[in-house]
Amino acid sequence: MNQLQNFTKGFFRENPILVLVLGTCPTLATTSSALNGMGMGIATTFVLIGSNVVIALLAGLIPEKVRIPAFIVVIASFVTIVDLVMQAFVPTLYEALGIFIPLIVVNCIILGRAEAYASRNGVWSSFVDGAGMGLGFTMALGILGAFREIAGSGSIFGYKFIKGDGILVFILAPGAFMALGYLIALINRLRRT
Amino acid sequence: MEYILIIISAVLINNVVLSQFLGICPFLGVSNKVNTALGMAGAVTFVIVLATMATYLIQTYVLEKLGITFMQTIVFILVIAALVQMVEIILKKISQPLYQALGIFLPLITTNCAVLGVAILVIKKDYNLLEGVVFGASTAIGFGLALIILAGIREQLEMVKVPKGMAGVPINLVIAGILALAFMGFTGIVK
Repeated sequence: MNQLQNFTKGFFRENPILVLVLGTCPTLATTSSALNGMGMGIATTFVLIGSNVVIALLAGLIPEKVRIPAFIVVIASFVTIVDLVMQAFVPTLYEALGIFIPLIVVNCIILGRAEAYASRNGVWSSFVDGAGMGLGFTMALGILGAFREIAGSGSIFGYKFIKGDGILVFILAPGAFMALGYLIALINRLRRT
Repeated sequence: MEYILIIISAVLINNVVLSQFLGICPFLGVSNKVNTALGMAGAVTFVIVLATMATYLIQTYVLEKLGITFMQTIVFILVIAALVQMVEIILKKISQPLYQALGIFLPLITTNCAVLGVAILVIKKDYNLLEGVVFGASTAIGFGLALIILAGIREQLEMVKVPKGMAGVPINLVIAGILALAFMGFTGIVK
């Protein structure tokens, strides 16, 4: 597989949310607006690229039996970096995402890529894989966030284009579940044809 | 009274799955039968209570004493992973039937974000140890409640013809959405 295919597989064919359905917790929780969703996506992308590269570098050194704890420590270190950086430079986004920033550490996508890809491929391929998967994740969060923001509060990226409120339920928890459900159903339909 | 408030709010109003969005993976993954759902709920309750106690003590007596609270994420996830492993070994040794019932779910729990989520929330909300444990246990009960309800609905769903594109994950998410809508009705019980 060439590097371009390796990069683009995360967007459609193996999209972590829409096709593999991994990492649903942050997907549902942070997509009340497009900006929050994409902020979460970019934070996750950074952790994914960092952990993929470091794990690819360390792959030969980590004994088989303790690989999962070792991966978790690497991932948790990058999450701590993201946590501190976001707290310092984007405090409003940090407040909005709240507990879901430390919880990036238990996002199954990241451990999944470490185990399935980074630990058995080269550094450069792992970097490309992490970037592709992370940006595919960001794209899916952006689409879901944009839909919920437009339907729920009649605005996009914070610019309001209707008067009054939108369909409030899409901002709240039930709308998150239903919007993701129908989005995945749509992707299933598209993939079959 | 305070404890009753914590329990009602964690089980019904701020249900961990349906309004906090924690632990969705097992919620969708092991909810196809009521029996497995019960096993998972039991294992999660057990681990959450233990993990809340362990992480609370470590936070107060180690991290805060040494002034290294920024290490929280790394330390907590390692403690939880070790704890799950330990519970598995101990259960295998002392109680075979319990191990048979809960054992297969234990490895899955490390990556259940509800466990780490509760541990962090207890610290964020400034609970003391007892409040933390009550909060952890009731969160776990809320998780179990949502899981068992969904499992019950999914058992019925097997007899229904679902459109092809909706089968599997999408229909479960829509059901979860309707459940979340129902649980929103509890808002307002506690001021």
